[in-house]
Amino acid sequence: MVPSKVIRLCFLLQFAIVLAFGQGNLIQSVISKGGGKPNLAVTDFRGSGGGQPLMNAFNGTLYSDLETSGLFNMVSKSFYPLQNPQRPEELKPTSGQGMALADWAGTPVNANWLAFGYNSVQGGQLVLYGYLYETSQKTAESAQAIGKRYFGSVDESGARKVAHEFAADIIQKFGGGSLIGSHIYFVRENGRTKEIWQMDYDGQNQKPLTHSGSLSIMPAVSPDGTKLAYTSFASGTPKLSIISTESGRPLRFYNQEASLNATPSFSPDGTTLYYASSASGLSQIYAANLDGTNFRRISVSKAIQVEPKVNPKGGVIAFVAGPGHQQIYRMNMEGADMERLTNGEGEASNPAWSPDGRLLLFAWTRGYATGGFNIFLMDPSTREYDQLTSNAGRNENPTWAPDGRHIVFTSNRTGSFQIYSMLADGSQLQRLTSAGVNRSPVWGK
Amino acid sequence: MKMNRTAGTICLAAALALSTAACKKKTPITPPTAPIAPSNSNTTDPNAGKLKPAILSFSVEPSSIERGQSATLRWSVSNANAVSIDNGIGEVQGAGTRRITPTESTTFRLTAAGPNGTISGTTTVNVTGAAPANTGLANAGTFDQIVNSQLSDALFDYDGNTIRADAQEALNKDADVLKKIFADFPNRSVIVEGHCDERGSAEYNLGLGDQRASSAKAYLVQLGVTADRLKTVSYGKERPQCTEANDDCYQRNRRAHFSAAQ
Repeated sequence: MVPSKVIRLCFLLQFAIVLAFGQGNLIQSVISKGGGKPNLAVTDFRGSGGGQPLMNAFNGTLYSDLETSGLFNMVSKSFYPLQNPQRPEELKPTSGQGMALADWAGTPVNANWLAFGYNSVQGGQLVLYGYLYETSQKTAESAQAIGKRYFGSVDESGARKVAHEFAADIIQKFGGGSLIGSHIYFVRENGRTKEIWQMDYDGQNQKPLTHSGSLSIMPAVSPDGTKLAYTSFASGTPKLSIISTESGRPLRFYNQEASLNATPSFSPDGTTLYYASSASGLSQIYAANLDGTNFRRISVSKAIQVEPKVNPKGGVIAFVAGPGHQQIYRMNMEGADMERLTNGEGEASNPAWSPDGRLLLFAWTRGYATGGFNIFLMDPSTREYDQLTSNAGRNENPTWAPDGRHIVFTSNRTGSFQIYSMLADGSQLQRLTSAGVNRSPVWGK
Repeated sequence: MKMNRTAGTICLAAALALSTAACKKKTPITPPTAPIAPSNSNTTDPNAGKLKPAILSFSVEPSSIERGQSATLRWSVSNANAVSIDNGIGEVQGAGTRRITPTESTTFRLTAAGPNGTISGTTTVNVTGAAPANTGLANAGTFDQIVNSQLSDALFDYDGNTIRADAQEALNKDADVLKKIFADFPNRSVIVEGHCDERGSAEYNLGLGDQRASSAKAYLVQLGVTADRLKTVSYGKERPQCTEANDDCYQRNRRAHFSAAQ
């Protein structure tokens, strides 16, 4: 077990310091992709021909995407030279002012890589010229790793689009998965109703997907990102609903007769819904086809069971069960070999498998008063765990981004429940929502 | 095999209490019907997701009957995935008919809910003839008023669904009231809601609220309240009656609560 003091340090200190301490975080190798992180400098891009008013949105988005990827040591802009190149033609063999790659490679910048470029408006489109150069190279030709044009609309959403695409190309060069086009689905509370909303992964473009005028809660997204299953009170009792993420259109789902059908999740192949049903009296784990047919009971126990999550590599279902204080268990696909994963302390909930099936995120009240949930990460093979949040309100419903490196969760650290993302080592925290009360995020492709 | 064990136990208890064949209601093995489809379109209609639910028709024939006679409700709705009719009829298909034998003039309300909204409409059947003998409780107000004012919550321990002594006391009185109002309002049902405090996870609390509602219902049925006029629903911690983070509020939210089925 990792001592909790060290775990809290991990959360509070910068990534580099954590590495220097030699902290054996479970997620470390996944986040850093092995080896040290390169130093990256990103100039402030300028815009011509009407592009300049959009540059705040552009530069903010580009920097944030690169920083929150966790793949780079971002060089502080205060170390940058006075002059910044915008176009490759401007680079000189020597300068001392910033117009030579050597100016960026040397102290005090010490950047291994330099991202630069500019935006202009051409033919009614915003055109980004994006470049990534390796500063140690002798010539500009051999230094160029990326030199590409990106096209967007001449507005803030267009500026953010080209910034996301350029950042994704850079991140991909360093082994990070792309989050381009991925959405986060979540529950927004409005008085007595709760609806499913969606937003981009940076919190932009928030819009409702359901208009039930009722409780639409506990969403799960299909592995391909096209379908959303959730628990709906539209008919009076909790039942499962499935909609298309594209259109919000309802898909047929036959609910078996029960006072409770709830907490759905998709199987890794996307063909089966696992959920909790009281069809047999007490809430137990069931599975059904995506239209609700072929429903079958998976588990048999005398304790409440909810939140089944099939491991992406198959073979194992993690779920939450009583009796008494809720804990996380696992069982095989036939409902046998049931085994408790958490140690019985406090209450544990919201299991979420990493995309590679190796690690399990969950919320746990360990060490705190009842209801004081924090986010934890466990390696079920060793039962070793890391604590990712602490001393910051109630933190729940952690789920993974498709890149297997970021997570998204709910926290009331500011007073009301809002959605946050961060790297799975607890660094690069970003608040994504501020309007209303928001919970239960899931991150779809 | 697995599925029938618990159901069997419940049925046995119900049969003892009611001396009726309560075991006829079994968990269905195969889906008996397809889910409700919009009656005027197929599901590939690209615009279906944007359409609000509509009531195409909702009527009763004949609209006036004598006590003891039957009438037929007839309805058709579109763009809804959940359709229900109040006065004890409950969930129905998107289009259909239902034979009714109300003992008093009754207004039926149909509610159609879809992903893009909810709509409701009413139709009334007039019943003529002598008034039924009533227990006197009906004088206390409408069905909804009586349910809201005369039935007490049963409270639970943290993480528990045991009917403790104070809950038994409340439910013993509730059973008497329920028997009377079911006699006075033969077409109405009551919902037993299960609620939880805010401390556990929302997901687990849905399961716990379901268990609390079932426990309260089972206790009432043991006391002779008709099982099929008590419906259960778990709200988990989604509908708290207070939101303060203290033991008093937590206790008030750990409850089985009664409401009128519409």
